[in-house]
Amino acid sequence: MASATPVDDEASLVAQLRAGDEAAFEQVVRSYGGRLLAVARRIVGSEEDARDVVQDAFLNAFRSLDRFEGNAKLSTWLHRIVVNAALMRLRSRRSRPEESIEEMLPTFLEDGHQTHPSVEWGESSDVLLERREVRELVRTAIDRLPDTYRTVLLLRDIEELDTGETAEILGVTENAVKVRLHRARQALREQLDPCLRRDLRKELV
Amino acid sequence: MNERAPNGPASNQDVRDTYITCNEVITFLLAYLSGELPPEKEHEFERHLAVCPSCVAYIKTYRETVKLGRAALTEGPENAPAELSSELMSAILGQRS
Repeated sequence: MASATPVDDEASLVAQLRAGDEAAFEQVVRSYGGRLLAVARRIVGSEEDARDVVQDAFLNAFRSLDRFEGNAKLSTWLHRIVVNAALMRLRSRRSRPEESIEEMLPTFLEDGHQTHPSVEWGESSDVLLERREVRELVRTAIDRLPDTYRTVLLLRDIEELDTGETAEILGVTENAVKVRLHRARQALREQLDPCLRRDLRKELV
Repeated sequence: MNERAPNGPASNQDVRDTYITCNEVITFLLAYLSGELPPEKEHEFERHLAVCPSCVAYIKTYRETVKLGRAALTEGPENAPAELSSELMSAILGQRS
């Protein structure tokens, strides 16, 4: 039985997959499944949907092995298939009421100054992240972003796709990706700021 | 002759064009951070940042936001990668036949 060891000879593994080798399929699912489930969970939110997404994605991947190009990494290829499957799932059930992103963006006075001047946060992100409640606060804030923006933030900043890949997968222009990413980051920052800024930090402690 | 006269000495408009506000810095921040601004615009950003602690703090916390977002969804015990359950493993491997 194959174990969950890192795959160090992808080329021969892919050849085995193409030949329909059962052990090779099992090795792929064991090696990459957990990480891919985490990716799906980040995008679709629920555990049940994430499991369906991973199942659909592996089915798609195994059926389209002939389209896998040898110069790509198998892990990257599977990651993209899961991202796509998760986005399809998200679109099919997109109905939750959303706040407008405009309401979450920074505001300015007529002369162009910030309505509320920015100050640094009391602690660096490394220190903040050691606290579970901060990680929870950030996740809740990301979850409040409208899907259009949350998706771009997830693909660019968390799944680390580049602008071109994100544009292609979402069917929008690269410029739209840049605009959405910037707004999503701004909206996330606006939500975190009241809890983390140096002068008002007590709320969270 | 259709061509316009070459640019003359700097007008009042040129001087105004070199002044950017916090609103512009924050709106075009991504392009600045990605190095996508033309050199003269980048220079204007730097002149603004030299005298605007609020925008400097904004940029610092914007960068921290990106790090916090990434880490909150990938780090900590709550994000430890789970093994696939045996049911899901069987479902995935079983559906090929």
